[in-house]
Amino acid sequence: MPITITMPALSPTMTEGKLANWQVKEGESVSSGDVLAEIETDKATMEVEAVDEGVLGKILVEGGTDNVAVNTPIAILLEEGEDQSALDNYSQDGASSAGSSKPEDKPVAPEESAAPEKPAKQSGGSAGDKVVTGGRVFASPLARRIASNEGVDVADIDGTGPRGRVIKADVEAFVKSGGAAARKSDAKAEDSAKAGGTTAQPTASSGPVATTPPHAGEHEEIALNGMRKTIAKRLTEAKQTIPHFYLTVECELDNLLSMRKDLNARGDDYKISVNDFVIRASALALRKLPQANAIWGGDKILQYKDIDIAVAVAVDGGLITPVVRTADQKGLASISNEMKSLAGKAKDGKLMPEEYQGGCFSISNLGMFGIKEFSAVINPPQSAILAVGAGEQRPVIRDGAVAIATVMSVTLSCDHRVIDGAVGAELLKYFKGYIEEPLTMML
Amino acid sequence: MAETNFDLVVIGTGPGGYVAAIRGAQLGLKTAVIEREHFGGICLNWGCIPTKALLRTAEVYRNIQHAESYGIKVEKASVDLEATVKRSRQVAAQLSGGISGLLKKNKIAVFEGQGKIAGSGKVSVEKDGSKTVLSAKHTILATGARARNLPGLEPDSKLIWSYKDALVPDTTPKKLLVVGSGAIGIEFASFFNALGSDVTVVEVMDRILPVEDADISAHAEKAFKKQGMTIKKSTNVTELKKSSKDVTATFKDAKGKTSTDTFDRVIMAVGIVGNVEDIGLEGTKVKVDRSHIEVDEFSRTGEAGVYAIGDLTGPPWLAHKASHEAIICVEKIAGVKDVHPLVTTNIPGCTYCHPQVASVGLTEKAAIEAGHEVKVGRFPFIGNGKAIALGEPEGLVKTIFDAKTGELIGAHMIGAEVTELIQGFGIAKTLETTEIELMHTVFPHPTLSEMMHESVLDAYDKVIHM
Repeated sequence: MPITITMPALSPTMTEGKLANWQVKEGESVSSGDVLAEIETDKATMEVEAVDEGVLGKILVEGGTDNVAVNTPIAILLEEGEDQSALDNYSQDGASSAGSSKPEDKPVAPEESAAPEKPAKQSGGSAGDKVVTGGRVFASPLARRIASNEGVDVADIDGTGPRGRVIKADVEAFVKSGGAAARKSDAKAEDSAKAGGTTAQPTASSGPVATTPPHAGEHEEIALNGMRKTIAKRLTEAKQTIPHFYLTVECELDNLLSMRKDLNARGDDYKISVNDFVIRASALALRKLPQANAIWGGDKILQYKDIDIAVAVAVDGGLITPVVRTADQKGLASISNEMKSLAGKAKDGKLMPEEYQGGCFSISNLGMFGIKEFSAVINPPQSAILAVGAGEQRPVIRDGAVAIATVMSVTLSCDHRVIDGAVGAELLKYFKGYIEEPLTMML
Repeated sequence: MAETNFDLVVIGTGPGGYVAAIRGAQLGLKTAVIEREHFGGICLNWGCIPTKALLRTAEVYRNIQHAESYGIKVEKASVDLEATVKRSRQVAAQLSGGISGLLKKNKIAVFEGQGKIAGSGKVSVEKDGSKTVLSAKHTILATGARARNLPGLEPDSKLIWSYKDALVPDTTPKKLLVVGSGAIGIEFASFFNALGSDVTVVEVMDRILPVEDADISAHAEKAFKKQGMTIKKSTNVTELKKSSKDVTATFKDAKGKTSTDTFDRVIMAVGIVGNVEDIGLEGTKVKVDRSHIEVDEFSRTGEAGVYAIGDLTGPPWLAHKASHEAIICVEKIAGVKDVHPLVTTNIPGCTYCHPQVASVGLTEKAAIEAGHEVKVGRFPFIGNGKAIALGEPEGLVKTIFDAKTGELIGAHMIGAEVTELIQGFGIAKTLETTEIELMHTVFPHPTLSEMMHESVLDAYDKVIHM
């Protein structure tokens, strides 16, 4: 019997992805472990490996197709001894009949349309309906209505209905668990701030980012990839829902630079960068101030035990933030090597979900571009991000006289719901201490 | 020696059992069924199906009696009871044979006899003193239910009938008492009333069809009385005194007042008890509560590898509930992904009296008790073109929505063909539609289904034809 290959779920939350390209052509044979195709999710590009061996009989979903739902049949694999005629039993769309190739697959791969889903349409003015930035969200009308009443976005809710559809029970559970509480209290705060004025729409239900009509004139339309959609959605959400404030401090780097030179001269199997020091210094500062190693949880604050530092890595077409786990417990060399490996995978789009999820704190470093200082947008659900500028020689006043030092400006963006001004300032004080006296980082 | 090792053994082949077996076989489980009597269980043999055959006769007869109002002259129509019963039995036999064929087609091993759990992973089949023991990785109990007997009021199959006796009547009683006004009682009352019996229905609750919405109960009572039935509500039968040819019943009403009346025949329809006896539950962790087996949302009992579905697990005692539970249970066993428990408020119920009754979801009272602020829509058959053309102007479609969310909480209908209409609201409920989608749905004209639309519109004060 031919084997149906379905769109895999590459992470627990993945409901659809882009079938980026096929690595195998129809008629080519594959053995177990061969890379069949590459799938692009909103976070990364991953490889789909063959589980069985055989000949790729038919590709059902062409490379480059967006929004392919998980479990959609994407190809048919012919087993040994089967030829193309075995495909005759498959209808052209391959979906419903392919499901019957393995009886146990039947309920899992039902007659779902393999065609790319169209973006959600505004259907007849149903109140809860909306265009969602991350592609079509399957939700029952009742779920949408309740979500709209509660001021939450169905796109934020994991569906447990048939094929991951968001149903009433999911929205109710989401609201009950406080997922909505944060947004609702935000909205209320906003309302009360307006003191009797027309009530503002809850921020969470305001529409997608680009709602202003485009300019006339010649232009090229660039389709959004998964990463771009996620950046747009997450960072809009961040700026709209997280009360940011910013703290800037200057750190002298001369001690650090000389120590770095010294350390790098001692070994060939590592090459520590200033950024590696920044990672370790951030982790150690968080260890001293555990209340800052926390995120906003709606009706509570979640303070984490592990200190995981996310680092923004620019990649082709966007950025991603791989995470250095328990960075406070790792030496500079191991942080450095780990970071190199993560950055490499990030650039190749090969990060696994567990390599870019989690953490309360991010670092964004634009020093290499000569940026003196900047402020970064917090990466939800995290609560802080450190924007690192270039280390450059600047005049400093020392003992009443002008001297020259290598100085790096850093700006910490904090979520005021979790980190108050004094806590943020203390965090930066510790950070500055470690950077300026890097020997203390060795303790 | 026949094969005795199975992945799945199902005891009972009613609409729960045979569906479980077929689905199990489809999913690649090596499956056996055990049946002690007829394939298809009560539903096919002594319940849903043969009663529908009888009621069809009643409907045809009623239409012929009213033929003149449709412009047709018919002289001296009469019912041949024997032929009516024969047809009903043939229908049952045909479908029972169909189940046998389905089991065979799906390569399901069939064992005839009394099935019984015989230790962990074992099921015994006993017939005529011989015993076979099967190994079963999973056992589904689907042994169904039977009529409840009241002490002192037990059927004797002569003057006092159970549902089974009433399905093969030897006579059309001149005067008939039906004890119980649930679906079973009301269907028999409706059948014999159509055939000319003088029917009295006695109900202990304060209304007939007590599980239905109060508006529907009231509407049904009015219709039945108009057809000549006597309805005694809030009344107990305290005694049935038999003579050689008739039965004198003693009634006690809510005020304690007693009265008596004499009937040719009595039909007992006072509820259902689960068939939990002699299936080997002793010594297992299967819990039984008032004749019904306790199960979780995936039909699992307290005993590993033992499941129970259908009537055996309690109300609603409906074939389609059993079949649906069967599929969920077996898919869970087979490890199918995304198996969802049955949402009991989405199970429709149908009663095939005249006029028909069908409903899904909560009654208005239950909805309010559950804390809903409700919007209620009503649309009468008299306002529907098709109903008038059919000569069926009697009936009502009632819809209940949650005022805040637009959720369709319940739908309740009485009138011609409503049993065929209710699934529209069933789909609506299952898909979690709100009033908006229902209002946007285009209902074809002229159909009875337009009343469903109008009822929804009425709940939101947008009704057109009223």
